[in-house]
Amino acid sequence: MLKLEHLAWELPGGEEIIRDIDFSAPDGKLIVVTGPNGGGKTSLAKLVAGLETPSAGKIWFDGEDITGLDVTERAKKGIAYAFQQPVRFKGLTVRDLLELAAGGSLGEDALCGLLSKVGLCANEYIDREMNASLSGGESKRIEIATVLARRARLSIFDEPEAGIDLWSFSRLVETFQDLRAQGTGTLMVISHQERILSIADEIIVIADGRVRSAGPREEVLPTLLSNERAARCPLGKEDSAV
Amino acid sequence: MNKITEELLRVVSDFKGAFDGAFNIRVDGECAGRQSSKNIRIESKKGLPGLEIHIAPGTKGEKVYIPACVTHSNIDDLVYNDFYVGEGADVTIVAGCGVHSDGEEEARHNGIHRFFLEKGAHVLYEEKHLGTGSGSGARRIDPVTDVHLAEDSSLEMDTVQLGGVDNTFRKTTGTLAARARLLVRERIMTDGEDVAKTDFEVTLEGEDSGVDLVSRSVAKGRSHQEFRSNIRGLCRCTGHSECDAILSGNGTVVAQPALEAADLDASLIHEAAIGKIAGEQLLKLQTLGLTREEAEERIIAGFLR
Repeated sequence: MLKLEHLAWELPGGEEIIRDIDFSAPDGKLIVVTGPNGGGKTSLAKLVAGLETPSAGKIWFDGEDITGLDVTERAKKGIAYAFQQPVRFKGLTVRDLLELAAGGSLGEDALCGLLSKVGLCANEYIDREMNASLSGGESKRIEIATVLARRARLSIFDEPEAGIDLWSFSRLVETFQDLRAQGTGTLMVISHQERILSIADEIIVIADGRVRSAGPREEVLPTLLSNERAARCPLGKEDSAV
Repeated sequence: MNKITEELLRVVSDFKGAFDGAFNIRVDGECAGRQSSKNIRIESKKGLPGLEIHIAPGTKGEKVYIPACVTHSNIDDLVYNDFYVGEGADVTIVAGCGVHSDGEEEARHNGIHRFFLEKGAHVLYEEKHLGTGSGSGARRIDPVTDVHLAEDSSLEMDTVQLGGVDNTFRKTTGTLAARARLLVRERIMTDGEDVAKTDFEVTLEGEDSGVDLVSRSVAKGRSHQEFRSNIRGLCRCTGHSECDAILSGNGTVVAQPALEAADLDASLIHEAAIGKIAGEQLLKLQTLGLTREEAEERIIAGFLR
């Protein structure tokens, strides 16, 4: 289980990005972190994965204080992270990255299985370099596949829907549901998408670096959607337009 | 053949105790073995040290090995090899070079290779360079390659400097006739105080000829590299050169590409990028469980593959 205690993070200039965050993510659940842009969602994910170091607070994972562990040590503990902006490499192929993620060589069937979960055909991609010849959407889906290949205890996806087409997005939603059904690990997904929010077990709303609300989807989502509609159409124009 | 020679040959030319097909092994300036095949004739060059390699027209799928080794210091080996590739032939030439020195004096191999490809011929040319040994004397490899491509012929040069070569200057020139293609893939690793310089001069003389030069290099330690290229388009043609370099430690790199277009339909492009390994690349591989050092090694290995 992931547990955050009074977690805080500030920029070198002192600007507070994450402020006193507490929450627990139970095993085997799909947790969606949402909230306005710039509210601290990606920063929170990077703190959990070890890409940033908190200025205060503790991070517990499976009962162990991992606050002082670096990104590699956290990866070895079973935390995986899919970057919002995929990283490109000259010289490393899709196969290389997936095999590094899996910790060993993968057969064609396994590679095909991983890539099909993100809507790609393996034969067209496995030997391609992970470089600028791939489109943003292709890179993004391969980035997500590297996390799927890890079979991690905690998989973090930072806005997985960004830049991918509707069909691949639908496939990805199914993949998240399948992973949750397998119950082998916890999924933490940062997203604004209603379709992802609608399959969450728990939703955490973060704004201005703080947790604004958190709880089971049934409790949080109706209020969240209603607030969002009100923000979009403060004078009730949405109804009149229909 | 001693163990040093065997090991150098193994690394630079995949030697496994014997070669299958035509070969010539040069060790410390002497011929250590030679074999021609039905379609590939290897002869000593008249008046100069080196070889003439004649590949019969239409030869398909054969390999010819011409590795050279220098196994101790105080040797300055100079060799002139000419390759005559007949019309329509399609062969692979493996021409690695290893220089070993445990002494204080310089050990050097200087290979001057000329390629004459007839109409429609295709050659894959593989060349690996390696320096080994604990001596303080410099290990030098200075290849000169001169390429003449007839109509519709193509040459793919795949060259790798694996490391341990203190000083290298690689000079490549080429002239291309109509629809000829020259592809060069160069990878260079330098470390310590190594110096590596490459210089390409390619002239596109024939309509629809094309050249693609791709150089990837890693400069570690206090090593220094220089990449210079000049593509001259005299007609309707395509030229592309790309120089990517990774800096590590106090390594330095100079890239000076040049393009000369003397025809309205000459399409010439150059790309160059020099910099350290991006922090996000290291972080990505660390999120997969690699240490920072392992991530750097993996990125460099992939980059130079």
